[in-house]
Amino acid sequence: MYGLGIAKGMLVVLKHIFRKPITQQYPEEHVVLAPRFRGYDFAWVESRCTGCATCAKACPQGCIDIVTHPKEDGRYAIDKFDIDTGLCMICGLCVEVCPYDALFMGRGFDLSSYNRWDLVVHKDDIGNRPQLSAYFRPPFGGQSANREDVDGLYQASTGQPKPEEAKP
Amino acid sequence: MQELILSMLVGRAPDWVVVFVTSLLGVVAIFTFVIFSNLAAVWIERRLLGRFQIRSGPNRTGPEGLLQPLADALKVVGKEAIMPFAVDKWVYLAAPAAVFAPAILSFAVIPYAPGLTLLNIDVGILFLGAVGSVGVVPIFMAGWSSNNKYSLLGAMRAIAVTVSYEIPLILSLIGILVLGATLHLETLVEYQIEHGWFLFLQPLAFIIFFIAGSAELNRTPTDIMEGESELTAGFHTEYSGFKFTLFYLAEYTHVLAFSAVIVTLFMGGWGSGPGLDLIPPALWFAAKMYLIFCVFVWTRATLPRMRIDQLMGFAWKFLIPLTLMNILITAIEVYVGLASIPIFLINTVLAAVLVVLWTRVVSVRGVAVNRSEYVARMMSQPTGQAGR
Repeated sequence: MYGLGIAKGMLVVLKHIFRKPITQQYPEEHVVLAPRFRGYDFAWVESRCTGCATCAKACPQGCIDIVTHPKEDGRYAIDKFDIDTGLCMICGLCVEVCPYDALFMGRGFDLSSYNRWDLVVHKDDIGNRPQLSAYFRPPFGGQSANREDVDGLYQASTGQPKPEEAKP
Repeated sequence: MQELILSMLVGRAPDWVVVFVTSLLGVVAIFTFVIFSNLAAVWIERRLLGRFQIRSGPNRTGPEGLLQPLADALKVVGKEAIMPFAVDKWVYLAAPAAVFAPAILSFAVIPYAPGLTLLNIDVGILFLGAVGSVGVVPIFMAGWSSNNKYSLLGAMRAIAVTVSYEIPLILSLIGILVLGATLHLETLVEYQIEHGWFLFLQPLAFIIFFIAGSAELNRTPTDIMEGESELTAGFHTEYSGFKFTLFYLAEYTHVLAFSAVIVTLFMGGWGSGPGLDLIPPALWFAAKMYLIFCVFVWTRATLPRMRIDQLMGFAWKFLIPLTLMNILITAIEVYVGLASIPIFLINTVLAAVLVVLWTRVVSVRGVAVNRSEYVARMMSQPTGQAGR
């Protein structure tokens, strides 16, 4: 019969009123992100960073700005470590190439602001709100030495206990 | 209220002042009601469309998004009103106002409560049909004066569809006129309260009126003229700022006017059931009007858009013959002199039967072929003729 399909369709849509809407009311309810989600808030471990600037060289946009000066014991002291999250495309190349596991990606994405200056993250603010992403630094196996501070960060952000050590 | 003013004026002022003042008050009241209903309709449509699509509509501006229409109005008014260089200036400027006027004129003849009609003329339905027909011309004015071939195409399509669908619109009302034997809207409302709503006595006419009305109003599924993904915005592409606000308001006013007309003609106007007279009749009218508006939103949420040729075929080949059959059947029933309940039963059954039978007779798509036969036929042809 002509119109029966329309009637069935309209009844289905009518039942939708009685379903709970699937909208997530954003500021009150946060999206549950996957553990390997890559976001803007970077975590930088100052004790491990040697100022080699491999991350700055790897960044395709040139977001990372590093200024260092040599100290007495031969290592570099880092004066400035800025990441311009306005330019960043969250490719993760900087995190991937760091030889000392000093840079991590977070899972946050709400760094919006009203002007471009505030999007540049300085070395004092980096790592303030880390929700570490497991994309490049999975918490199981194959890690380099001196993991204590990173484990502490991971624990603090995800609330999960320290993962097991991998067998060499 | 009317009596108070009349008593103050009648002894002391000439007749024309009394008529003028009461009419002016009526116009102000209707205008307020229409503007308020427009804002309410914008809110209802956005929230309800959201709930039909399992999402919440706007709920941030104000509690539950109640200030959203105000935000929309402020946004549209704040936009720059760009007038392209080579438009036909006076026609371009007159079109938005001309679209708004027929939409709001329909509210003049509708009875809101027993004895409360602004324009209590004896030819109410004729007035409604005439005003609806006038609404075609400003659309063409808008499309032509925009100096834009896509606007013109949109306007031509809109005119074709509007003019085609006016015929089933008016013909479906003739069944009601045959039963009620009058064009006067108040008398029809009283007939309905006494004999039963025309929704039940003329179900086929109601469905056809609803579909044809939906096409007149450029609502989905028949909004090929201004579908946002079709011809950009159709005939109102070149309008922005306040002129676009007038088109937008005119569209919602038109929908509300149609809802009001459907309530008056098919759902008993201001009438309610026996014993429910404690709630004022004007409130019943408003409640029913918003209910029909919600049905329009429901249709919009469900149905995909029809193509222009499908639309035209539907009107001319399907709806018009059905309306003519409806008139014949209603006339036979009145001639034989049936009471309401037999009319209701016969009409409902015959509506279903007629729709089924008429779809067998007319096929809007062309020759209907059994699918496996079609595939066999196509596969058995040599490759050179496969294009046939």
